[in-house]
Amino acid sequence: MTSDNTFSGEVAGRDAGRDTGDRKIAINADRTPWYIYVLVIGFGLIAPFIFPAYTTQIAFLWLMILFALTWDICGGQMGYNSLGNIFFFGAGMYISAVVQIGIFTDVRTYTSARGGEQLVLDNADYFFSLFVGTGVAAVGCVVLAIILGRIFFGLRGPYFAIGTLGIALAARELAGTWEWVGGGSGIAMPVYPGQPHEKSVVFYIIFLVLAALTFVFLRWLYSTRFGLAINAIRDDEEKAEAMGIHTLRHKLIGWSIAAFFLGMSGAVFGNMTGFVEPLEVAFPAATFGIFMVVMALLGGKGTLWGPVIGATLFHIVKEVTWIYLLGWQWVALGLLIVVNVVFFQEGIMGWMQRRWPERFGITVDDRTTADGGVKQGASS
Amino acid sequence: MFDNLSLLTQLAPVLNVQLLLDGLFVGAVFVLAAYGLALVWGVMNVKNLAQGEYVIMGGYFAWHLGTFGIHPVLSLPLVFGLMFVFGWVVYLLVIKWVISRDLFTSLLATFGIALIVQQALNLAYGPEVRTAEAGFGTNRLFGGLVTVADIKLISFGLCILLAASVIVFMKKSRMGQAIRATAQDPRAAKIMGIDTEQVYAFTYALNAAICGAAGVIVSMIWVIQPFYGIPHSIRAFVIVTAAGLGNIPGVIIAGLGLGVAEQYSGFVLGLEFQQATALILLLLVLIWRQIQLAQHRQVVQ
Repeated sequence: MTSDNTFSGEVAGRDAGRDTGDRKIAINADRTPWYIYVLVIGFGLIAPFIFPAYTTQIAFLWLMILFALTWDICGGQMGYNSLGNIFFFGAGMYISAVVQIGIFTDVRTYTSARGGEQLVLDNADYFFSLFVGTGVAAVGCVVLAIILGRIFFGLRGPYFAIGTLGIALAARELAGTWEWVGGGSGIAMPVYPGQPHEKSVVFYIIFLVLAALTFVFLRWLYSTRFGLAINAIRDDEEKAEAMGIHTLRHKLIGWSIAAFFLGMSGAVFGNMTGFVEPLEVAFPAATFGIFMVVMALLGGKGTLWGPVIGATLFHIVKEVTWIYLLGWQWVALGLLIVVNVVFFQEGIMGWMQRRWPERFGITVDDRTTADGGVKQGASS
Repeated sequence: MFDNLSLLTQLAPVLNVQLLLDGLFVGAVFVLAAYGLALVWGVMNVKNLAQGEYVIMGGYFAWHLGTFGIHPVLSLPLVFGLMFVFGWVVYLLVIKWVISRDLFTSLLATFGIALIVQQALNLAYGPEVRTAEAGFGTNRLFGGLVTVADIKLISFGLCILLAASVIVFMKKSRMGQAIRATAQDPRAAKIMGIDTEQVYAFTYALNAAICGAAGVIVSMIWVIQPFYGIPHSIRAFVIVTAAGLGNIPGVIIAGLGLGVAEQYSGFVLGLEFQQATALILLLLVLIWRQIQLAQHRQVVQ
C-alpha cells in the first residue's frame, strides 16, 4: 500500500525460499541492537528519580507510546486506518470505574450524588479494585472490539476511518446522556490512599510496565505468522483471502489486541486522573484519538520502533509548544499534522530504512520488475 | 420522552409543522455543505474533514462584516468570494499534494487544516457563541403555536438560489463541463486539453465558497462558535455517505431528512440527543451499506 514499507512480499518470499535455514519467518524479526533496549529501559527506570517534577509528564509519554503502538497494529501493520481507537480507551475507563465502584457500593446512588461523595479505601482494597477493574476493562474491551469489528470490518478505506470516528464520537455523546454512569458530570474515582507524590510514582510505574508489555508483545507478534498474515491483508486483502488467510478472524484478533491494551491503559488513566468524564477524559476523539495516528505516522507506520520514536518526538513537541507558544499551540500542532501527513508520510523510521537499508537487514533489490518500475525487495 | 411524543401525536399535532419547518430550514444548509463535499470527493477524491470549519469560518466572516454595518444577506457574495480565494490558497498549500495519495492521507491532512482553522478562529474571535443579527420580523401561524422567522424564509430562498445556480453552473458552463469531465476520467480529460490542475483548484475553491455561503446562513438562523465545525463536517459525511457521490437529488433529500430527524430527536428525546442523532445515523448508514455489500460478496469461509 505504501512505498515506505520495503518488505515486499513477492521478492521476500522468493529469497526466503532460496536460503531457507532454521528461521522460517524472519522478515519482520527485530534487529534492534541490545544497547537501545538498555538505554530505553534504563531511562524509564531512573526518570522519576532524576526528574521528579516531570513524573506525570513522563508517565504520559509512556501512555502516548502505548497509544501509538496499539494504533499501529491495525493502522500500520494491517492497513485498516482507524480514527476511533480512542473508543476503547474510554470504554475501558468507564468499565473499570463501574466495576471499581460497584465492588463497594451501589453505582446509581454513587453517580447520582454528582461527585458529592467519593470512595475512600484502604491500600489493599484500592489496589485490589484497581487490579480487578483493569482486568475487567481489558476483557470488556476485547468483547466490544469483536462485536464492533464484526459490524465494521467490512468497510474499507476511508469508510472504515469515518465509521470508527463515528463510533468514538457517538460513544462520547451517548456517555454524556447516560445517567447511570454519571452523564455529563462524570464519575469520581476512588481516592488514592497515600501521598500525592507516591501516587504519581505508582502510576508512572504502571504505565511504564503497560507500555513495555505492549512493546514486547508486539515485537513477538510481528515476528510470527500472524504478523505476516496481517501484513498480507494490508498489501492486498483479496489476494490474502485467496491464499487461505481467514481475513476477518485476523482483523478481529488484531483489533482485539489493540482494544485489550487500550482498555487497560484507559482503566489506569481513569484512576490516575481520579475523575472520569466523557468529553475531555474518556473519549477525547479530536485530541488523543487523532494524536495516536499522527504519532504513528510521524515515527513511521508499519515499523516496530516507529510509533515509539514518533510518540516521544510528538510528546516533546507538544509539551514544548504548550509552554512556549501560549494560545498558538494548537495551530502549531495542526501545522505539524499537515506537514507530517502531506510531506513526510513515510515517517522517521521509514526514511531511515530507505536511507540505510542495510542497517535494518534489508537488501535492496534493484532488478527491474515486470511493471517497469524498480522495486525494492527485502530479504534477511 | 413519551410525554413529548404524546404532545406531538395527540395534544398539539400542529407542533409537527414547527419541527418540520425548522428541520427543512436547517437541512437546506446541510445540503449545501454536503453538496460541496460530494463535489470534492467525487472530482478529486479528497475527503474534506475541514468542511464544517469552512462553514463556521464563513459565518465568522459574515459576523465580522456585520460589525462594519454590512447586512449578512448582503455580505453573502462577499464571503463567497473570500472563501473562494481561501480555498484556492489551501489547495495550493496542501490539497495539491494530497490528491494522488491514498485515501487516508486526505482525511488526516484536512483534519489538520480543520484544527488550524478552528483554533485560529478561537484566537481571533474567542469562544463565545455568536449570531449575525439580521433584524427581520417573525410570522406567527396557528394562533402563535408555530413561529416562522422571516430570516429563515429568506435563508431558505437563498439556499435554493445558491444550490440551483451551482447546479446550473455545473451543467452549462465550460468550467462545469471540465469539472465533470475530470471527475469521469482525469487522464482522458487531460488528453482533451483540460488543465486538470486548474480544475482541481477551482473545485476545491468552489467547495470552500459554498461552505462559506452556508456559514453565512448558519450565522443568521443559528449560532456559530469556533468549535461547532465538527458536527457540520459529520453531517456532511452522513449525507454524502447515505446519498452516494454524484447523486444530487439524493443529497438534497438526505440533507433535508437529516435536518428534520435532528429536530425530531431533539424534541422527543431531549436536546442532548440532537448531537448524537447525526452520528448514530452515520453508523446506521454504514451498517446498512455493508449489508448491501455483503449480498454481493461471496466468500468461502
